[in-house]
Amino acid sequence: MPDVVVIGAGMVGAACAYYAAREGLSVTVVDRASVAGGTTGSGEGNVLVSDKEPGPELDLAVLSCRLWTELAAEAGEPGGFEHEPKGGLVVAESDEVLRALTELAGRQEKSGVATHRVTADELAGYEPHLAPGFAGGVFYPQDAQVQPMLAAARLVRRWPGVELRTGTEVTGLLTERGRVTGVRTGAGDIPAGAVVNAAGVWAGEAAALAGVELPIMPRRGFILVTEPLTARADGRPLVRHKVYTAAYVTNVASDSEGLETSAVVEATQAGTVLIGASRERVGFDRTVSLPVLARLARQAVGLFPVLADVRAIRAYCGFRPYCPDHLPVIGADPRVSGLYHACGHEGAGIGLAPVTGLLIARLLTGAVPELDLAPFRPDRFTGAAA
Amino acid sequence: MTRSEVAYDLAVVGAGPAGLAAAGVAARAGLRVALLDAGARVGGQYFRQPPDGFHATRPGALHHGYARFVRLRDGLGDTDVLLGHRVWAIEPAVGGGFAVHCLKGGRERAATVAATRLLIATGAHDRVLPFPGWDLPGVMTAGGAQALLKGNLVVAGRRVVVAGTGPFLLPVATSLAAAGARVVGVFEAGGRFTLAPRALTRPGKAAEALGYGRLLARHRVPYKGGRAVVAAHGDGELTHVTVARVDAEWRPYQGGHETIRCDTLAVGYGFTPQLDLVAQLGCEIGADAAGVPAARVDRHMRTSAPGVYAAGETTGVGGADLAALEGEIAGRAVVADARGVPAAAHPAAVRTEARRRRLAAFADALLRSYPVRDGWTSWLRDDTLICRCEEVPYGRVKEARDLGAADARSIKLLARPGMGWCQGRICGEAVARLAGEAPGPPRRPIAQPVRLGDLAAMNERTSDDDA
Ligand SMILES: Cc1cc2nc3c(=O)[nH]c(=O)nc-3n(C[C@H](O)[C@H](O)[C@H](O)COP(=O)(O)OP(=O)(O)OC[C@H]3O[C@@H](n4cnc5c(N)ncnc54)[C@H](O)[C@@H]3O)c2cc1C
Repeated sequence: MPDVVVIGAGMVGAACAYYAAREGLSVTVVDRASVAGGTTGSGEGNVLVSDKEPGPELDLAVLSCRLWTELAAEAGEPGGFEHEPKGGLVVAESDEVLRALTELAGRQEKSGVATHRVTADELAGYEPHLAPGFAGGVFYPQDAQVQPMLAAARLVRRWPGVELRTGTEVTGLLTERGRVTGVRTGAGDIPAGAVVNAAGVWAGEAAALAGVELPIMPRRGFILVTEPLTARADGRPLVRHKVYTAAYVTNVASDSEGLETSAVVEATQAGTVLIGASRERVGFDRTVSLPVLARLARQAVGLFPVLADVRAIRAYCGFRPYCPDHLPVIGADPRVSGLYHACGHEGAGIGLAPVTGLLIARLLTGAVPELDLAPFRPDRFTGAAA
Repeated sequence: MTRSEVAYDLAVVGAGPAGLAAAGVAARAGLRVALLDAGARVGGQYFRQPPDGFHATRPGALHHGYARFVRLRDGLGDTDVLLGHRVWAIEPAVGGGFAVHCLKGGRERAATVAATRLLIATGAHDRVLPFPGWDLPGVMTAGGAQALLKGNLVVAGRRVVVAGTGPFLLPVATSLAAAGARVVGVFEAGGRFTLAPRALTRPGKAAEALGYGRLLARHRVPYKGGRAVVAAHGDGELTHVTVARVDAEWRPYQGGHETIRCDTLAVGYGFTPQLDLVAQLGCEIGADAAGVPAARVDRHMRTSAPGVYAAGETTGVGGADLAALEGEIAGRAVVADARGVPAAAHPAAVRTEARRRRLAAFADALLRSYPVRDGWTSWLRDDTLICRCEEVPYGRVKEARDLGAADARSIKLLARPGMGWCQGRICGEAVARLAGEAPGPPRRPIAQPVRLGDLAAMNERTSDDDA
């Protein structure tokens, strides 16, 4: 009998398994589909501190950024997951936006974020192909990139104490005198000391199996991928960092139902350019929205006019798991003992996976977590539901 | 969504037998019809035309049913034939109908065609199974060899091996031989002429098969069943192939290998319907008799999406005769639906329906007679490329499976097969089969590469705008 069963082999479940096993716990990860087959396989791999307001989420992000660097160093290449600490460049369209951005950067610094002011003249030194006319920007050296699917797959495999069972759906929770004692699956019961709910955008359904409510909803995002670009004469990619406009910062925390995009543009190791992502609340609707793709393209071309002649070859969408207050749920459920939640990371689940895994491992082993978990409490929505 | 000015009653995508027939029927009935095709000429895969520069004295000699092609082409009436139009996306338009987004000509100018109804007749493409050496120059698909032959006529003097499975190998071999190639062998991985008995109840087809037999004999082309090309060799270009005797599951027998010298290998394992647009439009997709995804249609060729029709190989691989007939039925249904009269009321409906059922039954029997067997995976080596665009060898696919990729999609996510230029059109089926899945319908919101500049220039107003 494993010490822990983790529901979901996405990035978050993988990180929970990794850190729990590192502490010596035996872990079984179950997923009804495949490793990284959920949102982890249909998003991007930005590990960002730049896009977060100071507060509990930024605290998570700063620690998680450091953990990603450690994980990458431990994994080494090959066997790694394309961790690239390339840094993010946020550019401002006007002096007014630049002032707001600079002010934000100043506040972010107090949370441990490194920032460099970039004047309009210096922008070309960072990004030679950037469109002219931007008022300036801020460079965030901690922003990094990982290949999330490989990262999830490799972290699950890192320790021998982790067993992965794909194609295994959790259909119920085993309980004994009000305590969760394992999971019921299509392939039989798996008794365990504790259960971690890392079921991503489906985590609300998993919680419901224990009779508790978690208001986790889908927020759709589309991503555009270009043809692979041929190597450039200077050997550097056309787009060198993660680049986006400062408008994004206001979108992340927005409550609007509608479509909002401020595309992050970046080159990948495969030679393609990724442009993403949009943010819409349209339920689990996969229907392609050309207007959304058009808008992403417009933003990319607005940042890098040379991209106008580059072809998009692919577009895909995924569903971010979000909570009403846009914070993840991390912690033991005070309503049902033995049940832990690690979900609701919205558009930051890749970046925040390591810190989530680490904190859950602390709780599972009775150690003191590195951060105050109060803002992420699973029962914080009780009574507040609309 | 896009609003466009000139509206057609019907836009037909694909100018093969199905599209030609449908456009003709609708145009002759007085509808305004646009017929779009990526190619430079009408005809599609089957009626592929040599470029005008080639003064083929008797193009018909290469074409089975050339007379029928001429009839279809000449029957287009007032159809606007829009050649060199690659459709990259279709979306429902504001106020009904559809906006068909295309890229025109070699310079890929963006254009949008508006139409009230749509017929998707985009045909099928070759099903490809990788094997060691398949990426060598000189190795091509059977469809590709046929296209070479019909398109530019340069095969004379080549030493060709034809291999794979299915009846299509026969016309490929005989027409290559007739054009002056030395066809050193046709190797059918399934049994020899394993036609299901029911198929033989169609004398026309059986005679056709026998006719091919006579032609093969005349050109001294050996035809062998239970044999497969399991590897192609050459230093930079094809010089020889390994042919193995295979069992019923296509696993090579010990020692049953021979080496054959050749400079061209045409391999065909059947065809896969081209469903990008059908999937994009949200039409229901079922499976053909061989379990391959195909558009689901009613007996008037209507898909599940209102206003969208499908005909020809899009609804299942069944050959040119069936495709043309389906096109005719679809064209009549479009006309009837446009006029608000029952489609079944057409005087020819009963006859064509019966004929379609007969042809479809024959096509199904063929599909069932030439399945792809799992043994092909035993031909692979760790360094055999599965995806050529992203250069993913079989070893990496296995590694992805070991990492926990339990399905085709996760194999793609972890090892990148299908992520490149062709977007899995070539390797998608092989990857699905390696994952132990039946090939699924495509998910390609962008059906053709499109410049970001063109995408960016699309209409600003969107239905998703809430402000
Ligand atoms: C377009 C887009 C772009 C994004 N970009 C970024 C980015 O740049 N950076 C970033 O940090 N984040 C990004 N995200 C967000 C990020 O992808 C998610 O936050 C993250 O993947 C969530 O991981 P997860 O492990 O919680 O969920 P998932 O990856 O969805 O994993 C949950 C797993 O649980 C399994 N499961 C569910 N129910 C059951 C059950 N009952 N039994 C068994 N298994 C079950 C599912 O099969 C699934 O595999 C993006 C998201 C989208 C959609």
